[in-house]
Amino acid sequence: MSQNVEKIQDHARLFHQPEYQDLFARKREFENCHSTDEVEQISEWTKSWEYREKNFAREALTINPAKACQPLGAIFAATGFEGTLPFVHGSQGCVAYFRTHLTRHFKEPFSAVSSSMTEDAAVFGGLKNMIEGLSNSYTLYKPKMIAICTTCMAEVIGDDLSSFVTTSKNEGSVPQDFPVPFAHTPSFIGSHITGYDNMLKGILTELKGDRTVSNGKLNFIPGFDTYVTNNRELDRILNLMDIPHTILADNSDSFDSPNEGEYVMYNGKTTLAETADAINGDATIALQAYSTEKTRAYLEADWQQPTHVCRPFGIRGTDAFVMKLSELTGKPIPRQLEIERGRAVDAMTDSQAWLHGKRFALYGDPDLVLSLLSFTLELGMEPVHIVVTNSNATFEEEAKALLASYANGKEATVWGGKDLWHLRSLLFTEPVDLLIGNSYGKYLWRDTKTPLVRIGYPIFDRHHLHRYTTLGYQGVINLLNWIVNTLLEELDRQTNIPSKTDISFDLIR
Amino acid sequence: MTFTQDDKQQIIKEVLEAYPEKSRKKREKHLNVTEEGKSDCGVKSNIKSLPGVMTTRGCAFAGAKGVVWGPVKDMIHISHGPVGCGYYSWSGRRNYYIGTTGVDTFGTMQFTTDFQERDIVFGGDKKLAKVIDELETLFPLSKGITIESECPVGLIGDDIEAVSKKKAKEIGKSVVPVRCEGFRGVSQSLGHHIANDTVRDWVYAKSDKLSNEELGFTASPYDVSVIGDYNIGGDAWSSRILLEEMGLRVISQFSGDGSFNEVKLSHRGKLNLIHCYRSMNYLCKHMEETYGVPWLEFNFFGPTYIAKSLREIADRFDDTIRAKAEEVIAKYQAQSDAVIAKYRPRLAGKRVMLMVGGLRPRHVIPAFKDLGMEVIGTGYEFGHNDDYKLTTEYTDPGTVIYDDVTGYEFEEFARKLKPDLIAAGIKEKYVFQKMALPFRQMHSWDYSGPYHGYDGFAIFARDMDLALNSPTWGLVKTPWQTV
Repeated sequence: MSQNVEKIQDHARLFHQPEYQDLFARKREFENCHSTDEVEQISEWTKSWEYREKNFAREALTINPAKACQPLGAIFAATGFEGTLPFVHGSQGCVAYFRTHLTRHFKEPFSAVSSSMTEDAAVFGGLKNMIEGLSNSYTLYKPKMIAICTTCMAEVIGDDLSSFVTTSKNEGSVPQDFPVPFAHTPSFIGSHITGYDNMLKGILTELKGDRTVSNGKLNFIPGFDTYVTNNRELDRILNLMDIPHTILADNSDSFDSPNEGEYVMYNGKTTLAETADAINGDATIALQAYSTEKTRAYLEADWQQPTHVCRPFGIRGTDAFVMKLSELTGKPIPRQLEIERGRAVDAMTDSQAWLHGKRFALYGDPDLVLSLLSFTLELGMEPVHIVVTNSNATFEEEAKALLASYANGKEATVWGGKDLWHLRSLLFTEPVDLLIGNSYGKYLWRDTKTPLVRIGYPIFDRHHLHRYTTLGYQGVINLLNWIVNTLLEELDRQTNIPSKTDISFDLIR
Repeated sequence: MTFTQDDKQQIIKEVLEAYPEKSRKKREKHLNVTEEGKSDCGVKSNIKSLPGVMTTRGCAFAGAKGVVWGPVKDMIHISHGPVGCGYYSWSGRRNYYIGTTGVDTFGTMQFTTDFQERDIVFGGDKKLAKVIDELETLFPLSKGITIESECPVGLIGDDIEAVSKKKAKEIGKSVVPVRCEGFRGVSQSLGHHIANDTVRDWVYAKSDKLSNEELGFTASPYDVSVIGDYNIGGDAWSSRILLEEMGLRVISQFSGDGSFNEVKLSHRGKLNLIHCYRSMNYLCKHMEETYGVPWLEFNFFGPTYIAKSLREIADRFDDTIRAKAEEVIAKYQAQSDAVIAKYRPRLAGKRVMLMVGGLRPRHVIPAFKDLGMEVIGTGYEFGHNDDYKLTTEYTDPGTVIYDDVTGYEFEEFARKLKPDLIAAGIKEKYVFQKMALPFRQMHSWDYSGPYHGYDGFAIFARDMDLALNSPTWGLVKTPWQTV
């Protein structure tokens, strides 16, 4: 009799009860499993330098990668535009996966459709699916724009989106003047950040308006930044500085919409009209470099518009950002931002003693990693292992240069193209005080006991972190809070055994 | 709110009006209202989803890797192709297992060949062979390997079967190629079938030659296998405990918390108990035809059907087992009565709309009924004709049926039928919560569970109560808005 109705226990406790423990023992008899000793022995071996060397000798196998594929980033970008329905051309299972993944992280609905290609489409191509799919989507969901990207199936069979869209329009699936931007997003090239770039470029190309006179605005590209409320903070800073602007594109409401009792399908904040007019902006500032490479090249070449990359994260990053804004617009940096900066620096000096010299590992997308490195270096922390699965040579140079510019950055190694199983070996052989990464880091936390600060994507096992801003001086406070308090909680855990370790179980820290 | 049969047919008609004509004609065959005395729900199923309508369906890869093979804990399952498919399905289904992950079990890890452009151009077979070598070096305790193909593999003409045969010989372990490219079939359902067939062709074909002794097994007259319970939130364990208590011996869980040895043992019992008919019926039928092991679909949701199933299972054995089954039912009676006494008053009369996969669109109905709740609509993501026939045992006349429901239809049905609770998947959850509708995920149990068995029913009742009776729903409208 396992359940008491006054205290019903779910999986977290139910299976700890003796009847279930006995059940597990009985089940084991049929598993033909390895002996406990053997498991223990191999388990220890996986922690060794010998294992690390074998692990790093891998040439073909990827284990627990920290990257997703292109279309995920593409539909993330598309959803920032007004009334936009992401349409993924190819097999339908991909869309089920993307929607699930984004929804699990944001705890928000995410709409996207598939052209549901099957075996016949593999043979004959997916044109029929495109024609029918666009017609269905347009009629049923009444979007203002349908943004198309592809799965690897459509890419391997060589479907040509440009001609498919033209044919679909000629067949009457959508009106001739209805915007249907598209991007080829093969999952065997790059990662989700590449897909973000390709889709954004596709949308800006499609919506491009006439080049007339300057509209006096600056354009901003957030990049694949899942802290989508950063767009609100960006908007606030720009308004404080009285800088007219367009965010290309603002998906903050798409992933953080209010519950007012009505489901609203489209929440993209950047209108199609202001996107069309973005060509008349004075410059475009991308807040990430590696998710915007092709888009920036397009803006420079086709729009003849200057572009800049500024990462407004941490103190120095935000300083550079607001100074760049001031330089481009001639507007002064307002007193309000100085006060906010002062508060952020004040918080950092309050906490610095607990963070100075703390050795840590970090993994994530290239731009996120650079932003976090900049912030942690200026705090006095010591990065040691830096793993970026979707790395590239330019990023690695940039990261190395940043590390070299700080005395506390000298111990770090940038492990480009490596995965979280490599990181496991690094953490066992060269332990650190802290790990910064997404929810998958919890497996490393369990195995290596390295305290985990959850920053990145996806975060499935903690609530609401994505609702906090990490951008600007205000964002510094949140990043600092997560990092320092994770360390302090760990210190409490290490000092909570009465009469043994609790001498240091301090009330005041 | 009550609707007549005609009202509901009218609602279906209204919802369909939004479609282009051609699509409307296709979709109307998937929607119906159940009628008294009919042995079928009267909908078409297992047909291609329409492009562009926002189906909830997945693909064959999801069915093969995510459902059938993935939970086999001591094997390594390679997501063969580009990085995404394995990434999105990594640790997503909560198939609980006991083991030291990364050493003797691998359930919450992602292994991929991470195809790059050159692999598409030159083929991936060599890379795959190398991956298997590297797996052997790093994970010597694995019991075998499965290779789940992603879309490109089938399109570029790779021969994963040849690689499997060669590498199996070299490493002395089973290597199972699973041709589950996502473009095959119309949903995850074909992936289940393909995975079932690989068990027949690549596992049984070899393990048949092994004696019981070689599998560390001595047969008994009360041996059963539990097939198609994926142990989500521990479901297979809260089922197994009842089977053991009634004197049966569970020799295999295939595949929740399953080991490769149990896969090989799965046809060596006296009876196969199938939980998810949709995903494992092919293998059960094969085991019946080839090894003479009969199978029985059972339902452990809610005390009424648990008792019914325990008796049906016992009837396949002898008086000893029958007597013990009665003891088990009697033993848990008080627990279930207490659960119902506590929760039924809070839940009675609440109206539910369901939309799930596998068996749940029908099997969870009795658990709701035990709590006095009414299921007013149900549908399968990837059901077949036989599922819709089996469903009529559970549904009341006048239940709205929607096969492969589209996002648009589901929202509109909810707006018009005004259920109190929706029970579906993660992609639907927040759509309805934004409508201030209580919601429970019926794939993952919303990270709770188990829901199977008597212990699970208590959790199910608790969870339906906390969903429906949360004060947060009352906060959605501001006090100054007129009602």
